[in-house]
Amino acid sequence: MTTTTTLQEQPLVPDFGEEADTDRKLVIICSKGNLDMAYPALVMANAALGEGIETHLFFTFWGFDVINNATMQDLKFTPVGNTAMHIQQAGAVRPEMLEQIVAMDGHLWACKMSFDMQHLSEDDLYDGVDGVISAADFMDLSQDGQLLFI
Amino acid sequence: MMTTTIAGRELQVNEEGFLTDPTQWDEELAGVLAGQIGIMLTDAHWKAIRFLRSDHAVTGQTPTLRRVSTTGGIPVKQLFTLFPKKPAKKMAYIAGLPKPVGCV
Repeated sequence: MTTTTTLQEQPLVPDFGEEADTDRKLVIICSKGNLDMAYPALVMANAALGEGIETHLFFTFWGFDVINNATMQDLKFTPVGNTAMHIQQAGAVRPEMLEQIVAMDGHLWACKMSFDMQHLSEDDLYDGVDGVISAADFMDLSQDGQLLFI
Repeated sequence: MMTTTIAGRELQVNEEGFLTDPTQWDEELAGVLAGQIGIMLTDAHWKAIRFLRSDHAVTGQTPTLRRVSTTGGIPVKQLFTLFPKKPAKKMAYIAGLPKPVGCV
């Protein structure tokens, strides 16, 4: 006599990580103002937020150009010193990329020291910037986060 | 090629469970797939799901969040409310499409 085992199979449904702990946090330090150095942070922040990861971007030194209203439209690539650049190009940070990061509850933080050094006021900064914070504040917000320095 | 049975239908899926044959999908199945991941479809959900289907039919690719927002006209914030935490993947699953591959 043969025995037939009937397994009540569970359907295969993608795991969207609902059960996983959701406290993963990504902190990206944006220290460069070249167009080609601005984009990686913006693209990865978008991707992280799309995955439900708490995301903070900290703009410091030349990275300030990305959130400074006066310069964000005029970030540049340069062919100088980069053999992979075959043509000269200039470009702007597309404000909608910052908008999307803010819309997804991503956080933009401006470095206090860079802010002071450039004699800026908060009106000079992109609207979506959460605040101007010190290096010590940054230590607090990056606690337990995964850090990317760009 | 893997298959899984949902609502009495044998569906072709990838190793994660996303449908691999868009022709096996219909709107009734969408409701069942949504239920599998704890989402009850409302008109607002349907607007997004139908955009995914129509856009995929034209481009051959699953639209990214950004595209659903800019071309489909549904704000990103709303997508996060409708499909919590991972809207791009959840929409794709319910719409019976592959995960989007675009980065932005």
